[in-house]
Amino acid sequence: MDIISILRILFTLLTFVLFVVIAVWAWRNRNSKNFKDAQNLPFDQD
Amino acid sequence: MQDATVKAATYNDKVVRQFAIMAVVWGVFGTLMGVIIASQLVWPDLNLGLSYTSFGRLRPLHTNAVIFAFGGCALFATSYYVVQRTCQTRLFSDKLASFTFWGWQAVIVAAAISLPLGYTQGKEYGELEWPIDILIAIVWISYAIVFFGTIGIRKVKHIYVANWFYGAFILAVALLHIVESAAIPAGWFKSYSAYAGVQDAMVQWWYGHNAVGFFLTAGFLGMMYYFVPKQAERPVYSYSLSIVHFWALIFTYMWAGPHHLHYTALPDWTQSLGMVLSLILFAPSWGGMINGIMTLSGAWHKLRTDPILRFLIVSLSFYGMSTFEGPMMAIKTVNALSHYTDWTVGHVHSGALGWVGFISIGSLYFLIPRLFGQKQMYSVKAIEVHFWMATIGVVLYISALWISGVMEGLMWRAMNADGTLAYTFVESVKAKFPYYLTRAIGGFLYMSGLVIMLWNTYKTATSGKPATVEIPAVVAHA
Repeated sequence: MDIISILRILFTLLTFVLFVVIAVWAWRNRNSKNFKDAQNLPFDQD
Repeated sequence: MQDATVKAATYNDKVVRQFAIMAVVWGVFGTLMGVIIASQLVWPDLNLGLSYTSFGRLRPLHTNAVIFAFGGCALFATSYYVVQRTCQTRLFSDKLASFTFWGWQAVIVAAAISLPLGYTQGKEYGELEWPIDILIAIVWISYAIVFFGTIGIRKVKHIYVANWFYGAFILAVALLHIVESAAIPAGWFKSYSAYAGVQDAMVQWWYGHNAVGFFLTAGFLGMMYYFVPKQAERPVYSYSLSIVHFWALIFTYMWAGPHHLHYTALPDWTQSLGMVLSLILFAPSWGGMINGIMTLSGAWHKLRTDPILRFLIVSLSFYGMSTFEGPMMAIKTVNALSHYTDWTVGHVHSGALGWVGFISIGSLYFLIPRLFGQKQMYSVKAIEVHFWMATIGVVLYISALWISGVMEGLMWRAMNADGTLAYTFVESVKAKFPYYLTRAIGGFLYMSGLVIMLWNTYKTATSGKPATVEIPAVVAHA
């Protein structure tokens, strides 16, 4: 297998791992104050 | 000097107003083109025997007008409005924002002239010739500078989720447009694609499907994440879900293009990969749909009295339906029946009229009165009428093409006992007549609804006056 293919495979796996990390992070922070603040941004003015 | 200070303390809603009004105007124009070509399929003589008004030339004008003129103006208007409100700052550059408005209108006018004249690159949704492509790229890069520049000077810590979707839409469309449009010019009005053979087809559908994914989905999800909570007066159901489904969409959409090339010269493994990734795409799409609809949880009664909210929520049900149907159609065995039939056209319109159209219409009805210092549209009753005309129109349209598409697919594959084809092609065309007529009626209803909206917009604008909104004092966000 040539190096380009190996790099492509590694990149794909890496993005998948990254996605899992993002999902776990988002879920663990579901009740955080940061998320609550962000959620209410559209109501902060007008 | 004082003028500059006053300006800095207010939002730039002028460009939002311009784009919002043009969105309504182009909405009528684009759907009118659709009604004309739908009628040509019923009564072929309506092409008037002229090349300029033939189906092959007006069809790309219809798709370009509804996607890039109507959809594009709605996205520019709402993204400029939302990014200012959720960043609590004025647009990064007034001059550049104004340039994006006039530049985008120039692109649309150039398309409306060059397509009927027959100048085309022949790539679906990427028909416009190279000089117009270059203008699009310049306008789009300016748009990116205004949008991300505004995020850069934001007065609040967080970047609200709607801006993530708008941002992804802007970046992805820049990438898609530039790669797809790569061509060798042969004079001012003619060019040849930089890619050849099946690579050209793959680039085309990588672009084509991601135009659906990023132009027609991510951008409008940005709209959804601001206008649904605002109109429902409740924060979005789950911020975690919005983050997870955002990244899931980003990581999967780019792979789905090959499902447009099932059973073609494209390598079989690429087709299968495209199919699997299209199936996976179902999850992030429904993540967004659930998040939008559940935002209304506990306030369902508002649907009874508020036609704007109804537009927004019904758009999400159409989004859910089309993103269920899409992955199913990407399955190779289903695609063997559906491909090249009216089923595909019906599917696209359930997404385009139902999801993209309804979410834009709902958001514009929220926006337009506020832009003219009014509490609500000139006639709420007219919004109600518009809602029912549009809903009946979409339902007629998509159910007619479901029946016609499945029928057509079955007729094409039907065989006699001796292995000969049971039907000729023209028999399948003839059988579609009543469904084409129903589709044209559905489309006409949908267009008429937009004409009512145009009248309502005119009345709202003329009975109010352009409003200047002050940026509130920064709300403390630790």
